[in-house]
Amino acid sequence: MSDNKMEVKNLDFYYDDFQALNKINIPLKSNKVTALIGPSGCGKSTFLRTLNRMNDLIEGTRVEGEILFDEKNIYDPDVDVVALRKRVGMVFQQPNPFPKSIFDNVAYGPRIHGLKDKGKLAEIVEKSLQGAALFSEVKDRLDDSALGLSGGQQQRLCIARALAVRPEVLLMDEPASALDPVATAKIEDLIAELKKDYTIVIVTHSMQQAARVSDNTGFFLMGDLVEFDKTDKIFENPTDQRTEDYITGRFG
Amino acid sequence: MDKNLAKRKITEKIIFNLLGLLMLSSIAILALIIFFIFKRGIGVISPGFLLEMPKNGMTEGGILPAILGSFYLVTGSIIVATPLGVFAAIYMTEYAKKGKLIRIIRIGVNNLAGVPSVVFGLFGLSIFVKYLNFGVSILSGSLTLAIVILPTIIRASEEALMSVPDDYRSSSLALGATKWQTIKNVVLPAALPGILTGCILGVGRVAGETAPIIFTAATFFSMRLPDSIFSEVMTLPYNIYALVATGTFPQKQVPIAYGTAVVLLVLVLLINLIAIFMRIRYSKKNHK
Repeated sequence: MSDNKMEVKNLDFYYDDFQALNKINIPLKSNKVTALIGPSGCGKSTFLRTLNRMNDLIEGTRVEGEILFDEKNIYDPDVDVVALRKRVGMVFQQPNPFPKSIFDNVAYGPRIHGLKDKGKLAEIVEKSLQGAALFSEVKDRLDDSALGLSGGQQQRLCIARALAVRPEVLLMDEPASALDPVATAKIEDLIAELKKDYTIVIVTHSMQQAARVSDNTGFFLMGDLVEFDKTDKIFENPTDQRTEDYITGRFG
Repeated sequence: MDKNLAKRKITEKIIFNLLGLLMLSSIAILALIIFFIFKRGIGVISPGFLLEMPKNGMTEGGILPAILGSFYLVTGSIIVATPLGVFAAIYMTEYAKKGKLIRIIRIGVNNLAGVPSVVFGLFGLSIFVKYLNFGVSILSGSLTLAIVILPTIIRASEEALMSVPDDYRSSSLALGATKWQTIKNVVLPAALPGILTGCILGVGRVAGETAPIIFTAATFFSMRLPDSIFSEVMTLPYNIYALVATGTFPQKQVPIAYGTAVVLLVLVLLINLIAIFMRIRYSKKNHK
């Protein structure tokens, strides 16, 4: 078996007649962080959302090519989207906890997947909050509303919520872009910690962030994957002139 | 330059005072109605008025059957209209594809809200009373009233559902929840205050409706309390209408009509207060 958790092969993506992604090929390595960078509208978020089929929710979208997940194409007709999303978790750009208690937010996933045992739920909630480096800050107020947390805490809560269903892959769509530098640093430390257990794909606008947290980086431009390589290589010695222009800020 | 500024300030002052005056006068009209009704009606209000049967051909005694009748009709119509309206709204906002069909349905619902209520009364008469043979009864009246408030409930529910941020839906779906799980566990709880407020305002509306029940449920006078959903009932609004329009002893019956109006008014105000109170409570809980 290869060390690719997911492998994207010749992926085309369309919004109605508009082709948003052209023949994307990316291997997503197990227990590595893959960063996706590129200017706004380049398709990196669209690409991220093809990995857990969130784009299915938008009417008029269409996919060609395949995305292998443990060797199985997730766009095969016999794939259950609900089961797929349990294995491929997602953290959004805006911290978006439910208007429920901290506990209920984290317990939400396990509950919808049928877990009722209170002891087990409590255990999962604690573990997930610890996994998201939030437990020590909230352990005395698990029954308080999640909306009372700070933005950074809310985002870590959303990470805990995603971890609670024990996904194998974690997708992060600019998870720190709405946060201040201190909260951002915490999220970045967390990502480094999480990759021991998860395969992570992160979309980011910040090239410093990509350089700090990722092992591999893909540079998107107008629906094309211009370059994909080890992060060091991309930032120190990119092959493509367009990549170099972008990372050195000469782009535009 | 200064002259211009002075002129603008004067205009500002005039507009401000004019708006205040208009606001005051509309409040004053409302206060006047309440004052007038209370002044004419408060005299007959007593525990007996609320708890006794009418006596001597509706010239003495209480209005208990009308209070109970209104209560039954309101309860019946809410039981029928709430699930129908809420589920219709869920379908329209969450499941249906956005397009022509949904727009046409929405226009239909809005037009339903504009239909004069006496027309609903006639509809109820021909469908529930005659065709389905429910007779003039609580059942026929409740069903007719349910149709009257259905558009209100659908619209309130739709607005409440649409105001739930899409983020909640995506994050629930991204955790592997099904669409129905997402609606049941995240969307509905978040929309509940708005839905409840809409239902309660519907209750207030239904409690005062007269035209839809004239042919379908109401009776002028009843010797006994209703004993099944097929009984005809006295109701508060119809009681007022009947006493004033067809009463044979106006000097004794008109005060009773005003007393009934006081009871109805207090009831509706109370229901609306509950709605307002609930909205405040929930919005505090959700946004702290």
